[in-house]
Amino acid sequence: MSRPTVDRRKVALLGGSLLLIALIATGCSQKYPQSALSPVGKVAEEANNLWNLVFGIAVVIFFLVEGALVYALIKFRQRPDRQPAQFHGNTKLEVILTIIPALILAGIAVPTVQTIARIAKRPTGSNVLNVTVTAHQFWWQFNYPQQHITTANELHMPTGTPVYLSLVGADVIHSLWVPALSGTQDVVPGHINHLMYETDKPGVYLGQCKEFCGLSHANMHVRVFVQTPANYQRWVAAQQQPAQTASLSGDAAVGEKLFLHGASGGSFPGGPACSGCHAVSGTSAQGVVGPNLTHFGSRTRLAGETYVNNTGNLTNWLNDPPLMKPGVDMPKLGLTSTQIKELVAYLQSLK
Amino acid sequence: MATVVVEQRRRMFNRPTAKTGWWSWVTSVDHKRIGLMYIATALAFFLIGGTEALFIRLQLAKPNNTVLSANAYNQFFTMHGLTMIFLVVMPFGVGMMNYLVPLMIGARDVAFPRLNAFSYWLFVFGGLFLYSSFALGGAPDGGWFGYAPLSTTLPSHGMTFYSIGLQILGVASIAGAANFIVTIINMRAPGMTLMRMPVFVWMSLVTSFLLLFAMPVIAVALFELMFSRVFGAVFFNPLKGGDPLLWQHLFWIFGHPEVYIMILPAMGIVSEVLPTFSRKPLFGYAAVVYAGIAIGFMGWGVWAHHMFAAGLGPVANSAFALSTMFIAVPTGVKIFNWIGTMWGGSLRFQTPMLFSIGFVAMFIIGGLSGVTHAVVPSDMQQTDTYYIVAHFHYVLFGGAIFGLFSGVYYWWPKAFGYTLSEGLGKLHFWLMLIGFNVTFGPMHILGLEGMPRRIYTYPNGLGWNMWNLIETIGAFTIAASIVVFMVNVRRSRKVREMAGSDPWDARTLEWSTPSPPPEYNFEQIPLVENRDDWWHRKYILGPSGEPVRVFAGGADMVDENVAVRDEHGHGIHMPSPSYFPVVLAFGLPLMGYGVIFKLWWLVGVGLLVLLTGAYGWVLEPATAEE
Repeated sequence: MSRPTVDRRKVALLGGSLLLIALIATGCSQKYPQSALSPVGKVAEEANNLWNLVFGIAVVIFFLVEGALVYALIKFRQRPDRQPAQFHGNTKLEVILTIIPALILAGIAVPTVQTIARIAKRPTGSNVLNVTVTAHQFWWQFNYPQQHITTANELHMPTGTPVYLSLVGADVIHSLWVPALSGTQDVVPGHINHLMYETDKPGVYLGQCKEFCGLSHANMHVRVFVQTPANYQRWVAAQQQPAQTASLSGDAAVGEKLFLHGASGGSFPGGPACSGCHAVSGTSAQGVVGPNLTHFGSRTRLAGETYVNNTGNLTNWLNDPPLMKPGVDMPKLGLTSTQIKELVAYLQSLK
Repeated sequence: MATVVVEQRRRMFNRPTAKTGWWSWVTSVDHKRIGLMYIATALAFFLIGGTEALFIRLQLAKPNNTVLSANAYNQFFTMHGLTMIFLVVMPFGVGMMNYLVPLMIGARDVAFPRLNAFSYWLFVFGGLFLYSSFALGGAPDGGWFGYAPLSTTLPSHGMTFYSIGLQILGVASIAGAANFIVTIINMRAPGMTLMRMPVFVWMSLVTSFLLLFAMPVIAVALFELMFSRVFGAVFFNPLKGGDPLLWQHLFWIFGHPEVYIMILPAMGIVSEVLPTFSRKPLFGYAAVVYAGIAIGFMGWGVWAHHMFAAGLGPVANSAFALSTMFIAVPTGVKIFNWIGTMWGGSLRFQTPMLFSIGFVAMFIIGGLSGVTHAVVPSDMQQTDTYYIVAHFHYVLFGGAIFGLFSGVYYWWPKAFGYTLSEGLGKLHFWLMLIGFNVTFGPMHILGLEGMPRRIYTYPNGLGWNMWNLIETIGAFTIAASIVVFMVNVRRSRKVREMAGSDPWDARTLEWSTPSPPPEYNFEQIPLVENRDDWWHRKYILGPSGEPVRVFAGGADMVDENVAVRDEHGHGIHMPSPSYFPVVLAFGLPLMGYGVIFKLWWLVGVGLLVLLTGAYGWVLEPATAEE
């Protein structure tokens, strides 16, 4: 009677293991664009080297200890022919089994402390690029003091150059995390923390806020564009230009007026004119509450990198920002669909 | 004089006399009844917190999902954490302590029975107070960790409920801790030396000390948060000279010992169950006890590993990396000793044993992932990701919850006289083990592949979709296992398969009493001669060291093992039931509502209720005259 039960169990076990292997295999073949296990930045590589060491040790210990447990469960299961041995302990074994893990941990501690010290060093040299990051609910402001550029949510940096980020908090605690480049660092109001990004591999790297910061914590993404020095310089030169608004016509020209002065009486039904909160250099718009929009048209995403920057999403955004990004400061302005069309045309002209 | 006072009180409030019915439970000061009420209440909150978890998993089952709004999600994950920590695992453990500690040390009750009732009712009122926030403008939504300045600025009353609700629960914990410390130190039966105490009692003692010292720290932080929210204080506001990191330090100096407060009672349970079902004494009793004490001390020196990303600097980060690594040593000692306990034994795989083995197997995983957090540079990748969520669920669910369920199955026949069904119990175990691993195993991968915690939604295309869906399926498997448990309780109540006083052939004193034990626990206070005294009354060691049963049952041996005999024949005096602990406890949440809604008269009413309870309590003799 018990035979078929055992066989069914074995079949279930085999089937389960195969399913698990299949799942892990498909899991591994998936692409993880925000992975911490594919480092390209120097700090991320340091972290990953330590991870590989510790993970390897943990896997070995896992199999040893769980193996001992499973062995004991099978070997010492109740059988009519055996009496349980009545021993209370074994001091020698106890001491050995205390010292071995302590030694393993000491072995992990040495490279850990060395790496902590190494990655805490501030990069020196004339080529260090300084960027001030100000974290807001729920977006990132990037300020390049030497280049006089202010942008939002999309950080551009050249390859082969250490980038020294200074993190400043505007409201609550956030945490800047671009796993391919480095581990996270909290942005704490009242403190200035630092991060170092440096890599030789051009590419676009994804990240997001990692410290719970309120309603749209999930919608506070960040994108880092690592470019060759030539491409980076081109980007810098373009960003340093004021907005090209002299040649605007049609919808875009009307949109600029709306942006600067609002509908009638200098505001919209649901809030002030765009310029009350946003800056566009080269115009009278000098607001500092929201992101600087001077080159908004050149950004790939909007609303904390949550939506692709296209006409449809921008239209929806202007129609009802809190619907797109809960908790956002920007109110529903009560714009007409014509006004939205004109503002979209203007914003898209800001390349 | 005294009689006059008693007379006055009697006019106002007659002493409760009910022995049965729910009113007898409300006014009970019997540690066993209070223990059962703790556990039943914790299980009720477990269903609520679990339901919140199911909603969280539904929302995350696919990208850009809309089951919960951002606002609802933040309330749900905050309340899930608060519920499971403060309203499930902690009171579940305290309930076990309540039921078992006096029985295990050969006492008739705890040192302060009415204080014990007060702790329980304060826990109930604190939990209801927290949950009433859902109906009063929104539940806490700033995370169980309540980081300032966010927690000071969130607009709903939720975080004020958090700051006051946790203070109320903290008072309950401190009162309970003091009670258990005094009970364990002072109320042990003759011969029950410290090193003869069951490991569960030892772990209860360590837990009580941790509570006693940890809860005041969080009370300070919560008090500051309450003042920030209600009266505009600036403790955490850098623009006015405050510092957000102050909250983090205070919170985690409480928060890390809190982790051990949650796990040590479960470790104690496992240390009782494994020897019984291995038919062997615990391997390395002294080492297990000392490891527990070591964890109790070292637990105070690791808090900043929750703050590696906060910018404390390389020196502090290195120091806390080292302390965090080395707290793994005593934890490892315990695991070796549990395996050593099974080694050479004769293992019976009944349901309590399965849950304890599950505890050990899962805790190994949680412990190993814990060590990886100590490696600061790689922790800065993992912190605040699902890798952390995986880690602490392996410790607190795979660990604490499995251990507590082991205890439920193990002591159920003692508490109720009948056993839970083995078949359904095993089904419960396997479903829960599988569901647990399917839910929380993939979270390791998700965290390493970049998924942060506490996000209500995630975009398509980051490779997280499949694992999230699998986790949601796992969560519902866990829910199914809990349904099996409830069916088991219902059916076993009906079947009533009577267990006798010692169904598992166990080792400790509680099994020498009838099932369920009488109100006074022991007719005569036992005289303890050995560690695992009950086992030594049943067995002697044969010529080749094998256990030989010396008599059939406990009853006829009791006579020789009696320290205090009832020679005068007028029965055993037990503390009498009382209303006042409930009254006193009820005052605090009233004051809390008054502060939140600035209804100062309500604060006055609450204070009046509290004082009425306190005076009634003080003027009422612990034991009513007959």
